[in-house]
Amino acid sequence: MTIEIPKEKWAGKVREVKIGATQADGGTRSRVVTLGGEAALPHLGFEGALPNPPVLAIEVRDRKPDDWSPLLVQAWGEAMQDPGDWARAAEAAGAEMIYLALSLTDSDGQKNTPAKARTAVRKVLDATGLPLTVVGPGQAEIDNELMVPVAEEAKGERILLGICEEKNYRTLVAAALANDHLVQSKTPMDVNLSKQLVILIHDMGLPLERIVIDPTTGALGYGIEYGYSVMERLRLAALQGDSMTQQPMIVTPGEEAWRVKEARVGEGVPQAWGDWERRSLNWEAVTASSLLYAGANILVLRHPETLKRLRGVVDGLKDPA
Amino acid sequence: MALTGLEIYKLLPQTNCKECGYPTCLAFAMKLAAKQAELKACPYVTEEAKVKLEAASSPPMRLIEIGPADHRLQVGNETVLFRHEKTFYHRPGLFWRLRDTEKPDDLKKKVAEADAYQVDYVGIDLTLDGFAIEAASGDPKTYSAAVAAVRAASQKPLILIVTSPELAKAGLEAAGDSRPLLHAATAENWQAMAELAKSAKVPLAASAPDLEALAALTENLTKAGLEDLVLDPGVANYRDSLEQLTIARRLALRKNFRPLGFPVITFPGAAGADETLLAAEHIAKYAGFIVLDTFDPASLYPLLVLRQNIYTDPQKPIQVQPGLYEINSPKPDSPVMVTTNFSITYFAVANEVEGSGWPAWLVVADAEGMSVLTAWAAGKFDAERIAKSIKGLGIDQKVSHRKVLIPGHVAVLSGELEEELPGWQILVGPREAVDISGYLKAMWTN
Ligand code: B12
Ligand code: SF4
Repeated sequence: MTIEIPKEKWAGKVREVKIGATQADGGTRSRVVTLGGEAALPHLGFEGALPNPPVLAIEVRDRKPDDWSPLLVQAWGEAMQDPGDWARAAEAAGAEMIYLALSLTDSDGQKNTPAKARTAVRKVLDATGLPLTVVGPGQAEIDNELMVPVAEEAKGERILLGICEEKNYRTLVAAALANDHLVQSKTPMDVNLSKQLVILIHDMGLPLERIVIDPTTGALGYGIEYGYSVMERLRLAALQGDSMTQQPMIVTPGEEAWRVKEARVGEGVPQAWGDWERRSLNWEAVTASSLLYAGANILVLRHPETLKRLRGVVDGLKDPA
Repeated sequence: MALTGLEIYKLLPQTNCKECGYPTCLAFAMKLAAKQAELKACPYVTEEAKVKLEAASSPPMRLIEIGPADHRLQVGNETVLFRHEKTFYHRPGLFWRLRDTEKPDDLKKKVAEADAYQVDYVGIDLTLDGFAIEAASGDPKTYSAAVAAVRAASQKPLILIVTSPELAKAGLEAAGDSRPLLHAATAENWQAMAELAKSAKVPLAASAPDLEALAALTENLTKAGLEDLVLDPGVANYRDSLEQLTIARRLALRKNFRPLGFPVITFPGAAGADETLLAAEHIAKYAGFIVLDTFDPASLYPLLVLRQNIYTDPQKPIQVQPGLYEINSPKPDSPVMVTTNFSITYFAVANEVEGSGWPAWLVVADAEGMSVLTAWAAGKFDAERIAKSIKGLGIDQKVSHRKVLIPGHVAVLSGELEEELPGWQILVGPREAVDISGYLKAMWTN
């Protein structure tokens, strides 16, 4: 019996966005990542072109975080003491991109400073040739204070600057414009809010080829289904030709998954939760892999083992060999 | 695909004889279209019309039920490709595969342990759905003993994995009236398997290397009189399963393609894949039965939660009744805390407090089923609402103090709340529920 494969005819596709600049483009990166370009639903190669597989990034901090799971501390060990060492370890573990998150304070509780932020970024840039995302601590005033110098420090490298939110995006977009970078536009799980912020950023003069959207992720068991469905709707809208939804998507399953009790706590939890380490790793990996099917273009992960497992998924979706 | 009233009318005798109880054939047709009447009420429909109408009125993907009457598992009958379009209805069954090459006593022990497995997720009990028993020995007697052993240890639904009619027969006999799923009919053995499934009245899985062969096989089985079928396209990696399962689902739902209008069974551990992650794909994208080779709570728990999340109705957040919840038999001097009625939020807090041993009064405000920050951002968890809950529940009668703990994420509310609740002291708790016990230890004094 012959069956006709039901293919959707899409009017649009996801915009291609390039992060990082090699020497030829005035930077020092050894490679560039290209996102997007999909003319089909996630991983359905029979339907249309999928030129760029999802990118796996590792989250690195400017200093060793105080509240990360001991399992993560064990995995990265001494490298966590220095953002350059950490980034190098991440590259060795197979990361294709570094996601550097700046802290609010230093280890003594002193406020982070522009000078320290610059140093952290410089260390990471020098330590690896991977393209880079840098995000602020997430408080408008401090973000702006730190991220402008960061943008200057990385001038020419075409890094992704975050995080633009509805209430605070102007300074960051201006810094991206002045220093030839890209921005990450984050909205809370809502298709229209996502479009609106892209429009606002674009209106400031930043080309759409320099915007990556973060539709916001919930961890497995803690609201993942909301983000999952918003991502599916964004991707469907993109393929249907709605221009302002055609940005590649970055999501942070590592951060979300490692925050929840299932990953954080090893003792005094129900026996039915199973072995702590395997459960934690599964929590991150299942959160992350589910988002791949909803259309994630960059997965930001925390544990090297998750990176390895997701590598298997991404490769297997592309070419099962 | 449902027919309109007019389309149905064209297939009726159009004599308006009224025997169906309706004044005209058209009136009856309208009722049929609205699924408020049954076709058999008209004694005069032709056989041809009957076939057409029945085909059009049956769902595009068949509902399959397996297991004993009091442990029924329903799978299939899905109506959409994306959960946001409506919802996914029937959660895929998660099964654990065992082989008859193990001794019956060992099987019993393993099955009893897995049968008892139960994990609480936001007040919902999640469990494994059943067991698949593979006739790996090739010997009918051994197989029959294995199936009997599993049945002795569990009431849950079974899947019988057999390659020959002899083994199928042995398995079905041992399974008795427990309505197992028989796996699988192939191009070679389908006639015999069909006979067995038919006389035992059990659903039958059809297995073929690709969708075309599979559709041909299910057509044959349908012609042989079988209605309850399950598809096994033999997918073994991330890409093939996503593609094949998507194509099957699209053909069934969008094209009303009957030969593939059945739920799919997958074996994510089969090809040495990362079983947890391949199973996760199958949960998100379209499997009906998922047979695991490993039973590991550290993997099963996240998979069960994923399944719960993906199959939640997007229209209704899971929520608990607003009100006053007493945890660990609180006394007048026990702490009072406020949270929202989003299930995930409520259980995160309630489980934490309960586990810590602290007696407490937990005020669950009506935040329309939203998390703390979502509700706050949406104006459903503001000082006024919190104050209303506290006043409405008569807590001042129950406690001897006037202190209320609010979630750290909404610290900004404390000023307003003090105004709304004169005489009460507002304490700002930690941001995450995990830290409540530590906070109380350090801060709660009477
Ligand atoms: C899932 C989600 C949604 C879902 C709703 C899910 C639901 N039923 O609530 C949807 C997609 C519908 C949604 C919508 C919106 N959302 Co929303 N959403 C989230 C998300 C991703 C997760 C929230 C969640 O479920 N957390 C898990 C639960 C368990 O957490 P929780 O309730 O806070 O409980 C914890 C603690 O607070 C603590 N706790 C709880 N109670 C108590 C009590 C005491 C005494 C103590 C000590 C502790 C404590 O314990 C719990 C576990 O640690 C967050 C971002 C994020 N990653 O956190 C954004 C987020 C909450 N949303 C946000 C916003 C703005 C919105 C919208 C207004 C946007 C919009 N217009 O669409 C709408 C509002 C809703 C509306 N108008 O319909 C913002 C809020 C920003 C802010 N600070 O104000 C957030 C933070 C995202 C962001 N960064 O911008 N959202
Ligand atoms: S019984 Fe049949 S023929 Fe008679 S009115 Fe009803 S539908 Fe028409």
